[in-house]
Amino acid sequence: MSVAAAIAGLAGGLLIGAAAVLLMWSLGRIAGICGILGSALTLKFDRDWRWRALFLAGLVAGGWLAAAGGLNDWRALTYPAGIVGTAIAGLLVGVGTTIGSGCTSGHGVCGLSRLSGRSLMATLAFMASALVTVFIVRHLL
Amino acid sequence: MVEIAALLVGLLFGVGLTVSDMVNPERVIGFFDLAGSWDPTLAFVMGGALTATFIGYRLVLKRPAPLLDTQFHLPTAKVIDARLIGGAVLFGIGWGVGGICPGPGVTSLASGRIEPLVFVIALAAGTLGAKIWLGRKS
Repeated sequence: MSVAAAIAGLAGGLLIGAAAVLLMWSLGRIAGICGILGSALTLKFDRDWRWRALFLAGLVAGGWLAAAGGLNDWRALTYPAGIVGTAIAGLLVGVGTTIGSGCTSGHGVCGLSRLSGRSLMATLAFMASALVTVFIVRHLL
Repeated sequence: MVEIAALLVGLLFGVGLTVSDMVNPERVIGFFDLAGSWDPTLAFVMGGALTATFIGYRLVLKRPAPLLDTQFHLPTAKVIDARLIGGAVLFGIGWGVGGICPGPGVTSLASGRIEPLVFVIALAAGTLGAKIWLGRKS
């Protein structure tokens, strides 16, 4: 990792955190992406569905804007799992975050900063399981 | 106002994920690859995000209510059970295999590439399947 990547990581992390704070300040909501996505998928087109759908649209728009502004290059994205592996990964992430009530943003950022014991245990569990998984995939298989 | 706030906050979140390169699975997997060429970027991202939320949440949650709602909607569950840990372990396996978690998956739909699209469709299917399995209504 270069110094530039570390600075970009820190700056991007601060933006992510600032967005989570702004969501709590404005709507009083936790910025957990899997929770927002899961509720949006219920397709009850009420007021709560609308803000969630627009938040998710904002994510895509933000990605587009940052790349258009030269802050990332979509061609540089590398998907080591391939198409089939990525599909299996998506299923596991969907099932796991729904059963475990949170993902990196919900437990790892919002929950940890609220000093939630549940989020701390969940974050340790998914970090550990990702470490073991990557070791198996990269060095044993 | 609620809708505009949600859109702008989502946009800021998406910019953050893209600037930090968390949309790149190789970089995320690199963080977990201690036995390979370790890439600590994810730790900088988490550090930046937690610094902002740790301070910001304390300021915001002192207020009686959010700007555009009558109350804060905070999780109330306290129990650490097999469901929480089992779900997190499954999520970690999927994250380790693909190098994509939900936020970057949705954000990188903007790339127009096939992999994020496949990921988000599978993510939605897994989420809905688990919801049905759990017998949830909402």
